[in-house]
Amino acid sequence: MLTGTGLTLWRGANCLFDQLSFAAAPGGALLIRGPNGSGKTTLLRVIAGLTQAEEGEVRWNGAAVLGRDESGRNIMAYCGHATALKPDLTTLENLRFFARLSGYPTGELAGLLATTGLTACAGLPARVLSAGQKRRAALARVLMSGAPLWLLDEPQTNLDAAGREFLARMLQEHLANSGTAVIVAHQPIDLGSAPTNVLQMGEAA
Amino acid sequence: MNLGLGQLFWVVLQRDLMVAMRRWSDICNPVVFFVLVVSLFPLALSPRAEFLRALAPGVLWIAALLAALLSLNQLFRADIEDGTMEQMLTLPCPLSLVILAKTLAHWLVTGLPVVAVAPMLAITYHLPADAIGVLLLSLLVGTPTLSLLGSIGAALTAGLRQSGVLLALMVGPLMLPVLMLGARATDIALGGDDPTGPLYLLGALLALALSLAPPAAAMAIRISAD
Repeated sequence: MLTGTGLTLWRGANCLFDQLSFAAAPGGALLIRGPNGSGKTTLLRVIAGLTQAEEGEVRWNGAAVLGRDESGRNIMAYCGHATALKPDLTTLENLRFFARLSGYPTGELAGLLATTGLTACAGLPARVLSAGQKRRAALARVLMSGAPLWLLDEPQTNLDAAGREFLARMLQEHLANSGTAVIVAHQPIDLGSAPTNVLQMGEAA
Repeated sequence: MNLGLGQLFWVVLQRDLMVAMRRWSDICNPVVFFVLVVSLFPLALSPRAEFLRALAPGVLWIAALLAALLSLNQLFRADIEDGTMEQMLTLPCPLSLVILAKTLAHWLVTGLPVVAVAPMLAITYHLPADAIGVLLLSLLVGTPTLSLLGSIGAALTAGLRQSGVLLALMVGPLMLPVLMLGARATDIALGGDDPTGPLYLLGALLALALSLAPPAAAMAIRISAD
């Protein structure tokens, strides 16, 4: 269960959000919507623990300070705008690094590349991948994490129709396995029958 | 599921070395700079053997320090820009260990080559063999300390666009004791005395930096990545 209570954050003279609260149950999704510049990414970073809110707190199953847990298993998979791929390493080398970090069996990487449609570019340096292929690699990393909480920042960006369909399918599967997902999205995502809360962010200041 | 600490260290170290191997210019820059600076002094000053010999400890150590400063800027920058650091921050692993692994990789790639070519340059400065040995030892203990101290500054400035001068101003003063002790040890050996005092102090500084710099840099990275 992911809950946020009374989150407040100022950037300079702009109030990005004030006393914001939300909740997402296991098997449920939280969609963050709003115009450009309304603080959606910042809110996701606050949930991930990358940015500190001035007030309020984010809790995961009652425990505070999400993402700073230095023991136990991966709690979350964060997929931001940056794809975290090293341009000089091949796709496979890039993914193998994160597989080893998150304890994903490296023997299953070939299968994962096939599922995400990246088999053809496994041996190519990441700098020659298209933006959509990089996004697919980032989604592959989310799949490897085995984390119950997914934080996705505009995951559909640069994806083709098949890619968006794959994303919807992997999200449905994740939610069906009582995972939780927080998604910043401008376009609608088909999440099937999963309970979905929508968090509408304010107008851009 | 959870990764052992040694394993984590090794995975990060290996990945950073692999990235470095794909970018040869990054490896060559500091060592080329070091060789250039050291070899310019005899040309501009005087090629007399006794003069060069007296100059050698200072010149070699100053050049090594500048080479270390020059390479620090890139230590965390790429990781912050391409999002790798965000991933590290959200993984349940101790950040200071990641930073220690990255700093070690950085030293292996930029510091170790400098240490390796230093004896050859010392010969051109007519340094006697026992003084070269002390120089080598002092560089071997001192340059990792420079990298560790530098990692704090690099972490603090990694989020800034133009950080070169700021970084040098910030960590330069911290590096001065290393410079003084390293050059002094070589100088003492050159004079025929026992250089163990400054060498022990260099070792103490390394131990201090090894234990304090990674947590400090980890805290700074959290600020820079925000």
